[in-house]
Amino acid sequence: MAHIDLPEGLPGIRGPMAFRPQTAKPLNELAEVLLRSENSLTRGERELIATYVSSLNDCFYCQNAHGGIAQHYFQCDINYIDAVKKDFESTAISTKLKSLLSIAASVQKGGKHVTPEQIEKAKHHGATDFEIHDTVLIAAAFCMFNRYVDGLGTWAPQDRDIYVERGPRRAQEGYLNFDLYK
Amino acid sequence: MAHIQVPDGVPGIRSLVMFRPESGQYLYELAQILLRGESSLTEAERELIAAYVSSRNECVFCMCSHAAAARHLFKDKKHVVNFVLDDYKTAPISDRLKSLLNIAGKVQKNGKEVLPSDVEEARKHGANDRDIHDTVLIAATFSMFNRYVDGLASFTPTDPKAYEEMGARLGEKGYVLPKQS
Repeated sequence: MAHIDLPEGLPGIRGPMAFRPQTAKPLNELAEVLLRSENSLTRGERELIATYVSSLNDCFYCQNAHGGIAQHYFQCDINYIDAVKKDFESTAISTKLKSLLSIAASVQKGGKHVTPEQIEKAKHHGATDFEIHDTVLIAAAFCMFNRYVDGLGTWAPQDRDIYVERGPRRAQEGYLNFDLYK
Repeated sequence: MAHIQVPDGVPGIRSLVMFRPESGQYLYELAQILLRGESSLTEAERELIAAYVSSRNECVFCMCSHAAAARHLFKDKKHVVNFVLDDYKTAPISDRLKSLLNIAGKVQKNGKEVLPSDVEEARKHGANDRDIHDTVLIAATFSMFNRYVDGLASFTPTDPKAYEEMGARLGEKGYVLPKQS
């Protein structure tokens, strides 16, 4: 049971968003611009950063919700996403994305854990200032979303297939003006 | 020096939202609603929670600017801010605020640290669902802002006067996206 009285049957962040729509609005606008707006990082790459950070924060709902969406964009199976979460260096993602995930991992620990060497390495692998900025902000934002979801003790369905199944629809509908109850 | 090419001499999050106003506008909108919108927590209390979380995240820029905003809003009770940053458990604040700071501190570590007993304690001291929701979201939001500001190594002023001015501006005007230079 959640720590506060949330509307019934809404998983993860949806309950808190229904509880207070005024704060849900900028949270959703932020998610939309960070994860879906035009960007040199693909939507899949950005959802993967979100998924990875959420796994570091051990947030079940967020890592599965965004993992399902990442899976759709990458057209891969769940094992691929799990492999990235477990040890991204050993996967086939680009060296640029690997260098950005290292930065994201440091942000998850704390902003000061990001080193100039990590930044240099990302730039060496072709990351632009915008891509580095967005990686840091996506990682930071998911440190917020994960704490919001878990800090209120929200409920999430435990069957991982549900999130995979919903991935395509979530990818298509985006983070603005979606129906919390669907 | 910041990790990316941001406007020179502009401190903290201001430099970052000038670099990327497309996302910055929503960060400011969130801060404005959360810290200045209608709430059962006063603006001063909410700034204090923000400063407290920022101190735990060792983010000097956020801690100093929000502590300054809290002092501005607490007015003749501004000494409370230093007491809380030093040790909230013995600070001259209400038990309700202490129990909410306890929750905020746990959220700062990880959302799962918040236990039903922490929430019960807060309710015992008069906190309602909205108070708890807002406390959790403020703590979560500052866990984002602190990482954003330090993760990009944005400029952190060392002059206390700079923060006093920021505090007064935040106290008077709230969160207004800076104009592009």
